[in-house]
Amino acid sequence: MASIPIPDINIGAIGPEITLCVIAMGILMAEVFSPSRKNRDLMGLVAFGGVVVAGLITMSFQGESFTTFSGTYIVDNFSTFFKLICLLATGLTILVSIRYCEEENIHEGEYYALLLFTTVGMLFMASGEDLMTIYMGLEVMSLSLYALAGYTKTRRESNEASLKYFILGGFSSAILLYGMALIYGASGTTKLAGVSEALMGGSVNTTLIAVGVVLTLVGFAFKVSAVPFHMWTPDVYQGAPVPITGFMSAGPKAAAFAAMFRLFAEAFAPLQNDWWLLLWILAAVTMTAGNLFALAQNNVKRMLAYSSIAHAGYILMGVAAANETGSSGALFYLLAYTFMNIAAFAIVGIVASKGEERVSFKDYTGLGYKYPLLGATLTVMIFSLAGIPPTAGFVGKFYIFMAVVEKGYIVLAIIGVLNAVISVFYYLKLTVYMYMRDERVETTKIVLQPSMIIALLLSLYGVLIIGLAPSAYMSFAKSAFLSF
Amino acid sequence: MSALLFYILAIGSVSCALLMILSKKAVNSAVALVGVMLCLAGLFAMQNAHLIAALQVLVYAGAIMVLVLFVIMLLNLREKGGLLTGRQPFIQVGAVVLLNGLLAPLVSDYVMAPTTGIALTDPATFGTVKGVGTMLFTEYLLPFEIASILLLAALVGAVVLTKNKKNSEG
Repeated sequence: MASIPIPDINIGAIGPEITLCVIAMGILMAEVFSPSRKNRDLMGLVAFGGVVVAGLITMSFQGESFTTFSGTYIVDNFSTFFKLICLLATGLTILVSIRYCEEENIHEGEYYALLLFTTVGMLFMASGEDLMTIYMGLEVMSLSLYALAGYTKTRRESNEASLKYFILGGFSSAILLYGMALIYGASGTTKLAGVSEALMGGSVNTTLIAVGVVLTLVGFAFKVSAVPFHMWTPDVYQGAPVPITGFMSAGPKAAAFAAMFRLFAEAFAPLQNDWWLLLWILAAVTMTAGNLFALAQNNVKRMLAYSSIAHAGYILMGVAAANETGSSGALFYLLAYTFMNIAAFAIVGIVASKGEERVSFKDYTGLGYKYPLLGATLTVMIFSLAGIPPTAGFVGKFYIFMAVVEKGYIVLAIIGVLNAVISVFYYLKLTVYMYMRDERVETTKIVLQPSMIIALLLSLYGVLIIGLAPSAYMSFAKSAFLSF
Repeated sequence: MSALLFYILAIGSVSCALLMILSKKAVNSAVALVGVMLCLAGLFAMQNAHLIAALQVLVYAGAIMVLVLFVIMLLNLREKGGLLTGRQPFIQVGAVVLLNGLLAPLVSDYVMAPTTGIALTDPATFGTVKGVGTMLFTEYLLPFEIASILLLAALVGAVVLTKNKKNSEG
């Protein structure tokens, strides 16, 4: 009997994922064995602790570069960077959720467990060096998100969001998987490095590869909600619980971009002359459509949903450029975007109050005077989303536009700048409502929990420090790109 | 011989698939889907993938389709005039044309210049229980383990979405 070769197993490398899994299962068990809900906040804090530990383990890998598990899992600066973004998104979301869970009276146990499972999926996507690992990570992430989107069952929009997301998400996963199967069929391997080698060798069936690349691009375009695969985004973002909406627009998007980046920059690198135009068009259409639709919205949640589509377009510009400035610019942008978007959605959640009823622009009238600090925080986030200096959003846009010009896509850069101008209009509309409208609307009393204050302060710090002193973060993003 | 078998199975699966999407009754569609699964199992078996063929019959044609039939029975589906009723044929035809447009270059490329495909890594054990098992526990160990998290997350998610809110208030 032939012996089975032992694969190289490096448990330490998947330390962050294991930590999160253990914490998630522990929370599930705690929910079973202590049904009394006295220490409601405790579960959130335990989950947050798990994320911090996972973050510390991830940071210890900084500068290292190796593959393990027979080449299906890779640890390098690129994956470390994206993992930190994902963990940051999860951590902030947990802090924001503590208040939301209390207000909406929802079960914490499964909520945090699913949130952590989502994060595990994202981490595997960021580290996937094999089509199988990327796909499995994507599915873990998506399945948990479908459930989280429908978590507030008493709200009809939430049910709608969950069902819509589930059906369209399942469909797009199937398309992605079909694309991956065709790539495997053409190249004979699921390893990204192997695919690249096979493409370089030139003996592969080009039609199979072409259809495969297009289908995988469609699958990822759905996950990052790029136009014309964005149809689900406004409805799902509107229906999902606010903290989850903020999370969806930052974490899973970053993870999808991580996998997409690795796939296109590593596996499909030999075909760059063929796919850059697709990404070029996708980026231009995405940001233009996102911004134009956002102009017409009256619901702040929907407006932010369309704006997140537009932001996906900016990041796609960086992917299309596919040079060093472009990639590191996109990484940098995702980091800044995580801070500003989760904080913006958190404040939307605070204003929305119980049942998420107050989400139209009108409800923000006079907010800047009644709650000056909250209003000021939201204003900073809005400025950052619009890309006004000295915030992180400005620096991010600056690097991405620079990369596109460097690459010679001048038209794309012009489209991008025009879009940034359009977006200022609807972002500032919100500040106009907050500061320059006289009529008083009755507001419910807003009380902030310590966890929420910490989350907002962290985001404020992130947005301003990245905006004022971007060089340290930029060099980190640069090192992440160079390790390819 | 094998070419003949291939064409029988291929035509069988395609016609069952057409039957599935064109039939008006949900039960007919479900049974047609069983036919598709069985034909696919035959195709897998012809490609030396015996384990996959057996699993296809057991899991898809057997277990999952029984579940689907149960659900159809419990839901007691009736034909109703929905939003898309009038436009349904157009949507169906449109989708088929679009998909075929996408796949046409693929097929024509194969007809023009049939490729031999890629060589199997180990023809002796390919597709056997041992071969698949070895692969799962060596080369694809990590994705295999992630599947356990996937199933747990799916389970928790399903319970969360379906459990009765009133009963769970502690």
